[in-house]
Amino acid sequence: MFAGLSAELLARFQFAFTVSFHFVFPAFSIGLASFLAVLEALWLIKKDNAYLKLFEYWKTIFAVTFSMGVVSGIVMSYQFGTNWAGFSDKAGPIIGPLMGYEVLTAFFLEAGFLGIMLFGLKRVGKELHFFATLMVAVGTLISATWILAANSWMQTPAGFAPSANGQLVPTDWMAIIFNPSFPYRLVHTVLAAYLTTAFTVGAVGAYHLLRNRENRQARIMFSMAMWMAAIVTPIQIGVGDLHGLNTLEFQPAKIAAMEGHFETHQGAPLILFGIPDDEAEVTRYAIEIPYLGSLILTHQLDGEVKGLKEWPRDQRPGALIPFFTFRLMVGLGFLMLGVGLWSLWARFRGTLYQSTWLQRAALVMGPSGYVAVLAGWYTTEVGRQPYTIYGLLRTEDSLSPIAAPAVGASLLTFTIVYFLVFGAGIFYMLRLMRRPPEVEDHELERAPNRAAGITPGPVQGAPLGGGHGA
Amino acid sequence: MVLDLAFIWAALIAIAVLAYVILDGFDLGVGILFPLFPNRRDRDVMTNSVAPVWDGNETWLVLGGGGLLAVFPVAYATVLPALYMPIILMLLALVFRGVAFEFRWRTTRGSIYWDVGFFVGSLVAAFMQGIALGALVQGIKIIDRSYAGGWWDWLTPFSLLTGVAVVVGYALLGATWLNLKTHGELQEKARRIAMVTGVGTLALIGIVSLWTPFINAIYFERWFSWPTAFFSAFVPLLLAICAFALWHGLRTDKHLQPFLAALGLFVLSFAGIGISFYPYIVPGALTIWDAAAPDASLSFLLVGASVLIPIILLYTGYAYWVFRGKIDPEEGYH
Ligand code: HDD
Ligand code: HEM
Ligand code: HEM
Repeated sequence: MFAGLSAELLARFQFAFTVSFHFVFPAFSIGLASFLAVLEALWLIKKDNAYLKLFEYWKTIFAVTFSMGVVSGIVMSYQFGTNWAGFSDKAGPIIGPLMGYEVLTAFFLEAGFLGIMLFGLKRVGKELHFFATLMVAVGTLISATWILAANSWMQTPAGFAPSANGQLVPTDWMAIIFNPSFPYRLVHTVLAAYLTTAFTVGAVGAYHLLRNRENRQARIMFSMAMWMAAIVTPIQIGVGDLHGLNTLEFQPAKIAAMEGHFETHQGAPLILFGIPDDEAEVTRYAIEIPYLGSLILTHQLDGEVKGLKEWPRDQRPGALIPFFTFRLMVGLGFLMLGVGLWSLWARFRGTLYQSTWLQRAALVMGPSGYVAVLAGWYTTEVGRQPYTIYGLLRTEDSLSPIAAPAVGASLLTFTIVYFLVFGAGIFYMLRLMRRPPEVEDHELERAPNRAAGITPGPVQGAPLGGGHGA
Repeated sequence: MVLDLAFIWAALIAIAVLAYVILDGFDLGVGILFPLFPNRRDRDVMTNSVAPVWDGNETWLVLGGGGLLAVFPVAYATVLPALYMPIILMLLALVFRGVAFEFRWRTTRGSIYWDVGFFVGSLVAAFMQGIALGALVQGIKIIDRSYAGGWWDWLTPFSLLTGVAVVVGYALLGATWLNLKTHGELQEKARRIAMVTGVGTLALIGIVSLWTPFINAIYFERWFSWPTAFFSAFVPLLLAICAFALWHGLRTDKHLQPFLAALGLFVLSFAGIGISFYPYIVPGALTIWDAAAPDASLSFLLVGASVLIPIILLYTGYAYWVFRGKIDPEEGYH
């Protein structure tokens, strides 16, 4: 059944599949946790119940995405051993402590305060509850910091020495954590999570504004989201540019793959579109802008940009995937910028809540963050091939001694279970997002007493989202 | 003085795994008991009793796994491939168990499926953990720093037995937890279940303990030769005291005592396993010093762990404190 596919290929599919599913949830929960902390702070400061309602509204959705992030993350922490035993043995002394710190500083913090944040408002009072929300938000950011330090170290390793038994031994932890690509990757990924959340929240706000322009909560969330889009997108594009320069310095083969360059150029063109053919080593149907490639990457018209042919075939990534995923990410980035600027214009004209076209655009852009984030990760990770630790450990040497049928069977099971479970979860989230963001009065009275007053459990009867049973 | 970092870390990992077993043990146990409580309201109370804390409980599993990767990378890189199937099944089961807490509130008609998922997920996770334990006790084949056995090696009568033992033991923990956290008919029923599962747990501990020394000569020697025999004699004695405390607590309708006694049974069984294993981390193949990561890794993480673990215990304790007391069925958490 899995004939023809090697254990290595299947293990890579499996890892890519599970980590992609995993990251979709953190991309949302990192941003949403911060958003919730801001909402609760605004409620405490302004004493305006609209913010509390918004907080309660998004908190329920957060609980769902967070639970999926947790269970898919636990799978990830064991995948290094089940799929990548060679990698774990050799890089464990470096990757392991970083992930150990992630558990100790982030996961326990998130988990410890999550219960209080979700169910404890009545029991601990406002101030402590806000503290719990803050701890959850901080926890997600700390978690991103450690795991991205680990991942960046695999991209641009530093601060280690090889030992006699083949392991990589840490020699300088500061150099390991603050490896050359880490600052860029951290900022770029956290901003990506914020943008993902902003466009999700913006789409929900737009959806409810399109149905009812006067809905106060919908207005607030739409406005906040559009501020984020307008401010953060330009920063993200700037950071992305710097990130690319850093990659050019440390992983030039990845840049060549992303750009679709097989030949080395002085004064390289920017290939807008084309189809890289890794067999024939050319990019077909290329639409180019002369010199722009060199200008962006070296900030000089005739700067040198290396092509893939500089590296032997077995030491460079294929160009096909990074080329397309990179364009997808950048394209979405500019679309986001467009929406952000449009919203500024509408705000200036005073039509932010009236402009149905802007709201339709924001609605369509709802999923854009997730797509851009995954596209970015695929660029990064596929561009690192054929290494798991750039220049040091090849993917084929990272593998576990597991037979192809075992990996294949588990891959199949993962696929079925993930689509089933996370499919249902995403369906429930969408249904929660379809509820108008307001609370009936009788619910409001109960809100201070009941931890999550606006989400009727079955005890209270009414099914959510207009009577759809699942 | 030079600290024996590998030894300290072996102890810390053991503590993390023990913390996982007793903490997630009771909430997996609540899931295992689900079918015995068909009433929807009872089930709401049962899930609400663990909803605020299960994530923290499960984090100890991540610490155990992540910690193993950090400080005993060879052990991580050989044990996980050896236990490939049970580990993957456990992870998938934990997926169902974990999402059920949220999903069962998000649908009316579909909630029965998530209840089933909660039960099956808890059951399979517990069974696979037991199987993994049994397979580890039996030893795994390592050549040249990597796993060299087949991918069905873990399946033996002994590992099936330990699988059943863990399921029954978790059910006992779950029942005593419910006895502690609920009242009325629900508590009465939990108390009766605790009696049955208590007897079952003790019987299974007995069978596993009698079988273990005959699996591998090192276990035999450890238990029946001086000076370790001294400790090995103590463990059964303490087990008997816990068993009495459990029985007495349930007979006289105490609420906290049976739970503590059940935890005691787990701690002692765990200590027993520790006595058998030491100084191996993979029995017969890798000692803790063979498997240890370089000192630079061990000391780096130890600095953090010695500061952070006390803090973690503090705020985790606080979270339990916030949700102390009996569950009020009217206080719908959701
Ligand atoms: C940039 C962010 C990021 C990235 C790249 C990853 N994760 Fe993650 N992870 C998080 C951000 C995050 C988080 C925000 O902390 C989560 C997501 C949602 C959540 O529930 O916590 C989380 C949850 C989470 C959990 C559950 C924690 C708990 O019990 O509370 C584990 C074990 C992992 N992750 C492990 C991993 C591994 C092994 C990864 C790499 C392959 C990984 N994550 C990539
Ligand atoms: C969360 C976002 C991430 C995504 C979407 C992602 C995606 C991928 C993909 C697509 C591959 C397969 C590449 C290929 O085989 O061509 C891969 C491989 C891998 N990634 Fe990631 N990754 C992410 C984060 C991480 C992190 C944080 C780490 C480590 C700390 C990591 C470690 C690895 C390892 C060990 C492999 C396996 C070896 C390989 O095939 O290169 N990944 N990832
Ligand atoms: C529009 C301009 C953008 C540019 C020039 C840009 C540039 C880059 C580059 C060069 C990389 C690969 C880094 C490497 O592995 O060496 C990357 C990765 C990535 N991008 Fe972008 N990006 C842009 C927009 C976006 C947007 C809008 C998002 C999401 C909302 C995003 C999310 C990501 C993510 C998650 C990664 C993978 C993690 C990392 O390596 O940082 N990017 N980006």
